Amino acid sequence: MSALGTLGAGTTGGADTKVTEPKRRGRWVPYALLAPGLLWLVVFFAIPMVVQGSTSLQTGNLTKGYDLTWHWATYWDALDQYYPQFLRSFGYAAAATVMCLVIGYPLAYAIAFKAGKWRGMWLVLVIAPFFTSFLVRTLAWKTILADNGIVVDVLNKLHFTNVTAFLGLTQDDRVLATPLAVICGLTYNFLPFMVLPLYACLERIDPRLHEAAGDLYASPRTTFAKVTFPLSLPGVVSGTLLTFIPASGDYVNAQWLGSPDTGMAGNVIQTQFLRVLDYPTAAALSFILMLLIVLMVTAYIRKAGTEDLV
Amino acid sequence: MAVVNWLRRNVIVLFGLLALGYMTLPNIVVLMFSFNDPNGRFNYTWNGFTLDAWEQPCGVAGICDSVAVSMKIAVLSTLVATALGTAIAFALGRYRFRARGAINTLLFLPMSMPEVVMGASLGTLFLNMRINTGFVTILIAHIMFCLSFVVVAVKARVLGMDPKLEEAAQDLYASPTQVFLRVTLPLAAPGIGAGAMLAFALSFDDFVITNFTSGNTVTFPMFVYGAAQRGTPPQINVIGSAMFVIAVLIVMIGQIRASRRAKQRA
Repeated sequence: MSALGTLGAGTTGGADTKVTEPKRRGRWVPYALLAPGLLWLVVFFAIPMVVQGSTSLQTGNLTKGYDLTWHWATYWDALDQYYPQFLRSFGYAAAATVMCLVIGYPLAYAIAFKAGKWRGMWLVLVIAPFFTSFLVRTLAWKTILADNGIVVDVLNKLHFTNVTAFLGLTQDDRVLATPLAVICGLTYNFLPFMVLPLYACLERIDPRLHEAAGDLYASPRTTFAKVTFPLSLPGVVSGTLLTFIPASGDYVNAQWLGSPDTGMAGNVIQTQFLRVLDYPTAAALSFILMLLIVLMVTAYIRKAGTEDLV
Repeated sequence: MAVVNWLRRNVIVLFGLLALGYMTLPNIVVLMFSFNDPNGRFNYTWNGFTLDAWEQPCGVAGICDSVAVSMKIAVLSTLVATALGTAIAFALGRYRFRARGAINTLLFLPMSMPEVVMGASLGTLFLNMRINTGFVTILIAHIMFCLSFVVVAVKARVLGMDPKLEEAAQDLYASPTQVFLRVTLPLAAPGIGAGAMLAFALSFDDFVITNFTSGNTVTFPMFVYGAAQRGTPPQINVIGSAMFVIAVLIVMIGQIRASRRAKQRA
């Protein structure tokens, strides 16, 4: 899952140094190899984006058809009406990303440094849940978090729900149909996307660096703070991106584990497109979501460091 | 005191095990509730043990058809995406050409875009072109989002291959076709296999993009989504659990065989 890492390095730093020397004959070969796949991406990825941009500025209706009228008001209306959903999207996604990091980092660390010969088994267990459709697994959370279920009972006895209720995350001693349930569902769904890049990064750290730190009288805590953690930062960056981006566009968790009050941007896009059939608004909302994510990710990558980080 | 010290040393492992528990808990619940005899249309609360759902996994109208549709789409999109992606990966790993930066960006974007955005934009395209959505449009969409992942998996392998092996084959008078079929392809096979497996898993499990491009065609995720509104039969859990068990068995057999091979070599 260091997918983001490898390709990202290619786009930002031109890190492809291993390319073999160009052949004198057959210069058309790379283009012939690239053409079919790239054509597919242009036609079914790039062009739809342009069509969507154009649709967002059209007015009309289903029966009469749509005309491009550069109707920018669609954007303002969409933002004006649905800004709470966008705020929730990014708020929940950010909370889920932080929780994934808090849960995923120790797990990745344990697999990389403590699992020993069981490492393969741990990794299988991280990936195995993927083999059941994520929709089926998300439905299982409905059972786990059900009112009067064991989990909610324990949380109530520990007065945990009082704390989360104070924070506005739960209501009336229940977890299902609250923001907490949505955040937990998002955390669960995207945790492997955090663990795997972190593991890939930690696993590459030379154990001799730990020994060297120990030889120089660093305590385990200092070794972690000054050696391990800084070296794992590229994994943290790609892990947070791989978690945050899909989480902010998700709508299944919000729909099944949340309530109408926990709707996210994805829910609105889906409703506008598939139920209301208001295509310009759906296109505008989807464009806004994409734009905001691109802006946030770019700012984050800038802030997180140099090109070798992503 | 000994206990405290032991806890201190193993706190990370314990925390890791807890995290693994969090990740596997839903699978256990899914398996458990496949034996449930639900009281009513929804299978969310435990009512009683029964083997009904396992004895009749196709006992609900449309469920097995939806699995068959998902299989067909996953196999076809894996074949096409793997072929197209492998070609791109070879070009990226082996050749020099213009516009490398732009091409990398075009490959990177589909992986970094929320699915709902891709789904909505592709749906808009089909709508504007007046193409009826269905089996073919799902296939088109799945090939599109699997492609980049195949490229990443194969490219990593191609970059790690020693070009000297192919040069040696050429020196031994192998024709370019022979070099490709006998040396290059077998060397790249693990990467191609990994890419194909990833594509299959992504396609089989995709819901969000499929939701925007499916029309009346029902894949297994679409069936589950519909069922969540109408009533969830335990058969959903049976199919979910069966897929899980089969996949874990395949992975485990693969691991055992790999470790045996490693032992034989040693």
